[in-house]
Amino acid sequence: MTIWLIMLAGGLITFGMRFSFVWLLGRFEVPETMRRALHYVPPAVLSAIVFPELFLSENHLDLSLGNARLLAGLVAIVVAAWTKNSLLTILAGFIALLILETLAIAR
Amino acid sequence: MKPSSHFWAGVRAELPLLIGVFPFGMIYGTLSIDAGIPLAAAQAMSSILFAGSSQFAFAQLVHESTPALVIVLTIAVINLRHVLYSASLAPHMHDLSMRWKILLSYLMTDEAYAVAVLNYERVGGTAGAHYYFLGAGLALWTSWQISTALGLWAGASLPATLSLDFALPLTFIAMVVPALRNRPAVVAALSAGLVALLTFSLPYKLGLILAALTGIVVGTILESRVERDGIPLGERRIASPPHPKEDK
Repeated sequence: MTIWLIMLAGGLITFGMRFSFVWLLGRFEVPETMRRALHYVPPAVLSAIVFPELFLSENHLDLSLGNARLLAGLVAIVVAAWTKNSLLTILAGFIALLILETLAIAR
Repeated sequence: MKPSSHFWAGVRAELPLLIGVFPFGMIYGTLSIDAGIPLAAAQAMSSILFAGSSQFAFAQLVHESTPALVIVLTIAVINLRHVLYSASLAPHMHDLSMRWKILLSYLMTDEAYAVAVLNYERVGGTAGAHYYFLGAGLALWTSWQISTALGLWAGASLPATLSLDFALPLTFIAMVVPALRNRPAVVAALSAGLVALLTFSLPYKLGLILAALTGIVVGTILESRVERDGIPLGERRIASPPHPKEDK
């Protein structure tokens, strides 16, 4: 039940944001500062989600070489910066994780 | 040209983006199953929300039993960029009927926006351009629904040991790294990530929102400073228009 309420609220808010200025027409000019700030929403939010996924294992900071997800994530970051290709990035990250986890089991 | 020609031109312009979108939809489907979200709800989410990265976050947060209000807030923060798309498309959509405005707003994803806004800049707010937007938007919508369904169907039979949850950070890396084209964007991403690590123990995932706000403020201030110091415009802009590979 809660899940459907979350979906409905999230959906309404998302539609509201997509519709906002289309509905308000061009009556209000977007302030330059806001326009600028909105550009930083995707990198900020997405990094805030990615960092803990890579750096924390079982809720503790893990900077060791045994942290397969951190290493695989770094591989993905390099591939993403180099190729700018989403599919290659995801593939490289998964393959790196697979190899690192296999090595960890073998060790 | 007939409206249908514009429509199909929009579909064609969207096609290359769909190659990247399809696997994301499937990953979302499998993540949802992993998170224990009912099949019907996971599929409905793809048409109710119709926004890839926030759906990934939704699946992840439901998996972690995050309070409903925080999930909704997170969805809102992640999707905030659509306000900017709306602002940038609004002048072109000025003369449309309310029905068209609602329909095209609903279809306003990163990928459809990128394709539509470039066409609007070429031809202006003509009737043909709206059909072009509709074609691009519906092409994306259809493949998002189908790929979600495939992910849900395949995911049900995938073993849990495949580390599929790693798809989330990987997808976000694939979206965000190519968009980091200048120093303010890189520093915004790094500062948000760092704050996320420092605030991880905060309840209700409040650290995520705090981290995001930090990154946004840091990026904006830095960009103002870079601009004041006279760095050319072209080198300070990020994702403008948004990178086509962002999201989904």
